[in-house]
Amino acid sequence: MYSEKVMDHFNHPRNVGEIENPSGVGTVGNAKCGDIMRMYFDIDKQGIIRDVKFKTFGCGAAVATSSMATELVKGKTVQEALKVTNKAVMEALDGLPPAKVHCSLLAEEAIHAALWDYAQKNHVVIEGLEEPVNDIAEKEENEEY
Amino acid sequence: MKKLIYLDNAATTRVSEEVLHEMLPFFRQTYSNPSAVYSFGGEGRKAVEHARKQAAELIGAKPEEIYFTGGGSESDNWALKAAAEAYSTKGKHIITSKIEHHAILHTCEYLEKQGCEVTYLDVDEEGKISLEELRTAIRPDTILISVMTANNEIGTIEPIIEIGKIAHENGVLFHTDAVQAYGHIPINVDEMNIDMLSASGHKLNGPKGIGFLYIRKGVKIRSFIHGGAQERNRRAGTSNVPGIVGFGKAAEIAGETMEARTRKEAALRDHLIERVLSEIPYVRLNGHKTNRLPNNVNFCFRFIEGESLLILLDQLGVCASSGSACTSGSLDPSHVLLAIGLPHEIAHGSLRITLSEENTLEEIDFVADELKKIVERLRDMSPLYEDFVKNGQHNC
Repeated sequence: MYSEKVMDHFNHPRNVGEIENPSGVGTVGNAKCGDIMRMYFDIDKQGIIRDVKFKTFGCGAAVATSSMATELVKGKTVQEALKVTNKAVMEALDGLPPAKVHCSLLAEEAIHAALWDYAQKNHVVIEGLEEPVNDIAEKEENEEY
Repeated sequence: MKKLIYLDNAATTRVSEEVLHEMLPFFRQTYSNPSAVYSFGGEGRKAVEHARKQAAELIGAKPEEIYFTGGGSESDNWALKAAAEAYSTKGKHIITSKIEHHAILHTCEYLEKQGCEVTYLDVDEEGKISLEELRTAIRPDTILISVMTANNEIGTIEPIIEIGKIAHENGVLFHTDAVQAYGHIPINVDEMNIDMLSASGHKLNGPKGIGFLYIRKGVKIRSFIHGGAQERNRRAGTSNVPGIVGFGKAAEIAGETMEARTRKEAALRDHLIERVLSEIPYVRLNGHKTNRLPNNVNFCFRFIEGESLLILLDQLGVCASSGSACTSGSLDPSHVLLAIGLPHEIAHGSLRITLSEENTLEEIDFVADELKKIVERLRDMSPLYEDFVKNGQHNC
C-alpha cells in the first residue's frame, strides 16, 4: 500500500520531538478525523529554520508526511519553507495512496501554522502566508471532548 | 522469515485440513451438477443434502430450512429485502440495531429509500441493546426485528433469547445475523424463537463464498436469485458443491469441538485482556468483559491511531484489525465504537484481535510484550499525549 520511502519515514521518523521555547509552533488537523500534526520551528535572526521537530497523531502516511516535511524545511529560509507544498512532500515520498493525499495537505498546513505563529510572535510579515484554517492550537481546549 | 501470527479470525479463518480434504473430490472427481438426472449427478446431490443436515444440526434446525447462499452478506440482504416485500401488506416497519454489520445497515438504508421505516436501536456502553427500548419500538406495522447474535467488532453477545421471545409474543419476524456467532457459541433456533438466521462458512474454518440463510418453515419469504429450482426454488444458481460440502464439514467440526475449542480461546482471550489492561496505561476494553465471543478482544489505546498500530504489528508478522477511519475507508471511525459512546479520537485508536484455537500462549505473550513497546513509541510522537501529560490528567 505504501512506498518504501513512506515506510522508511514511518519506521524511522526524522525530527520527532519538541523544541523548548520554539520560535513558532503550529498544530493542525482534527482528532475527529484521526490526524493531528504539530510542528515546532527554531528560527534564527536571519530567518533561517535552524531546527524542526514534530509530533503526529495519525496513520502511517500522516507520520511519514510530517517527517518528510520537517526534512524539507530544515535549514531553509522562512520564504523557502513557505514554498514547500504538499506536492513536494508527496513527490519526496515517492507518492501516496489517493486516500492519503490529505495527509500531505496537513503537513503543508502544519508548516504554515508554525510559520504563522512565528510571524505573530515576532511581528513580522511573511509575504504570501495566510492564517491556516485548520490551526487548532487555540481552539483545542474548547472542544467538547 | 518471520513467523506469521494470525489474529484476525473475525475477518476470516484458515480452512481446516479436514474441511479441505472433504471438499477436494468435488472439484475433479464428483464434479457433476447436482441437479442432473443421471446417477453421476446424484452423488453431488447426496453430498449437498448431507451438508445441509450438518449445517442444520448446529442450530437445531430442520435440513429443509437451510438455504445455501453465496455468504453472509447475501443472506442478510435476502432476509431483509424479501421479508420487506413479502410482508408489505402487514406493514413497512423494521427494527434493527446501530451496531449491525453493514450488510444489514446498508440494506436497511436501501429499504428506507423504498418506503420502509427503520428503527435503529441504541446500545449501552458495552454494546448491548435495551429490551425495554425494543418493546417500545414495536408498532402494529412492525414486520421484522433484525439483531445480530454477536457483534463482529467488539464481540458483545446480544440477548437473543429475550429478543426472540419479545418478537414471538408480538407476532413479529425475528432475523439474526449470526455470521460471527455460528459455530462459536450455542444457538438453537427453536429455543431462541429465531425465524431467520444468516451464517457464513469462512468464519468457522470453512471456505469463502458460501453461507446460508435459515428460514423457518412457514415464513413466507420468496426467492432472491431467480433462474432455477435449486434450494427449493428459493435460491437459483448451480450449487457450489465443494463450498457446500466444506461448509457442512466445518459446521460438524465446529459443533463437536465447540466446548473445548472455545474454552481454550477464552482462556487466551482473558490472558491477553488481563495483561494489556494491567500493563499498559490509558487503555479501555471495548465490549463486555465476559459476555463476549470467546475469541474476541477489542481495545482502545488512547492518544494513538489504529492504522499506525497495525503497520507496526504487521512488521512483526502480527495480523490484526482496527476500527480507525484510516482502515474504514472513510473519515469516521467504526460505527460500532461510536454507538457505544466513544468519542472519535478514542475510537481511532482501536485494535481488534480475534483468536483461533491455533494460537498459543507464547504468541499472545509476544503480542502483549510488543504492544507495550509499540503503544509507548506511538505515544511518544503523539501531540495528544503531549498535551495530556502537560495539562495534567484531570480533563481526560
